[in-house]
Amino acid sequence: MSHPPLLSAQDVACERSEHTLFQGLGFELGAGEALLVRGGNGRGKTSLLRILCGLSQPASGTVHWRGAPLARVHEQYGREMAYVGHVNGIKDDLTPLENLRLAADLGGRALDEDAAVAALEGLGLGRCLDLPARVLSFGQRRRVALAGLVMAGALLWILDEPLTGLDVHGVALVEGLIRDHVLAGGMAILTTHQPLSLDGLTPKSVSVGD
Amino acid sequence: MLRFLTAVIRRDILLAARRRGDWLTAQFFFVMVTSLFPLGIGPEPAMLRTIGPGVVWVAALLACLLSLGRLYADDHRDGSLEQLLLAPYSNALLALGKAIAHWIINGIPLLLIAPVLGIQFGLPADALAVLVLSLAIGTPVLSLLGGIGAALTLGLRGGGVLITLLILPLYVPVLIFGAGAVDGTLAGTGAEAHLSLLGAVLVMAVLVAPWISALALRVSVE
Repeated sequence: MSHPPLLSAQDVACERSEHTLFQGLGFELGAGEALLVRGGNGRGKTSLLRILCGLSQPASGTVHWRGAPLARVHEQYGREMAYVGHVNGIKDDLTPLENLRLAADLGGRALDEDAAVAALEGLGLGRCLDLPARVLSFGQRRRVALAGLVMAGALLWILDEPLTGLDVHGVALVEGLIRDHVLAGGMAILTTHQPLSLDGLTPKSVSVGD
Repeated sequence: MLRFLTAVIRRDILLAARRRGDWLTAQFFFVMVTSLFPLGIGPEPAMLRTIGPGVVWVAALLACLLSLGRLYADDHRDGSLEQLLLAPYSNALLALGKAIAHWIINGIPLLLIAPVLGIQFGLPADALAVLVLSLAIGTPVLSLLGGIGAALTLGLRGGGVLITLLILPLYVPVLIFGAGAVDGTLAGTGAEAHLSLLGAVLVMAVLVAPWISALALRVSVE
């Protein structure tokens, strides 16, 4: 089973304050594939993910989505890609459900409230639906962000340390989400320092900054 | 496109409604600063009438600056700014929406309080009307230009002071035309010229400021 690559990076280099983090990095990723970005602390994993989602520009090299440079397909890419970064991007003053509603509103999608509640409950947030995110724990807020990811219905998931702050049960849940997403023809790019077990799925991998 | 714009505006208004303390600070500041002048200068009516328009306008500028520091800062801290920038719409549209929301949240209350404060300075009814009108045209410019400063100083230490230094010079024309319109009414020379120029500045700001803010945001987030 081979697919044409949807996302491709060629010869990507990244510099931070005149210090080269990595260079000559390239990969191709098609539907139904996952990519694990490896590298130690401070080697540029987050920088690479931010380049891949279009938040920063590579020092050299190009990233293409469906054959077109990212900058040219900003709007289409915005619809097909979902990013969960280091910080969760959820508002502390709103409840988990309000956060999902907001995200859907801004993405120009209609939110299926029942599905959103189901997604939150599926991630173990059933008891916190009416609480502002401010009073939730770090791991619970992470789960809200991941529920937003599920609801976004994007083809490509870009996840920066999605397992950080989650308990054993949460890690298993998120691994399950990623596996189901990829096996259903989705794509995922992620970094993690924890052992990752995606049964029946071998992610491609790329290393930064050796 | 319009849907995204209204989504951004609704979002910011909802968040402001959840944090009324932050929102009231700038309004109280506006009231306090304008009320201090009559107390400090003394109750000489002719003098108060002369300085009134200028004082109200300067206080409006400062109140606006006070609230601008938070325009993008909170969203930057909790990561939601990145999500906003990645939304499938132009970033300029985001900057425009943020500026409109800032004006609705912080500018419109100033318009409503301004006539009351004008009475403190003994401004006659026609001058009060022009004061409100000039603020109605001028405060959106403050929000739009201020958005550029807020985007540029995002994530910098001491950004609050820097934004003041960056943006206040840009506010000078707005101040001159805004206060000038009220002065013109008081002096009997009419306010139309000043208001037209203020309107021209507003049109320019609407067309140009969102693009510059969007560029500044992308640089700051990187």
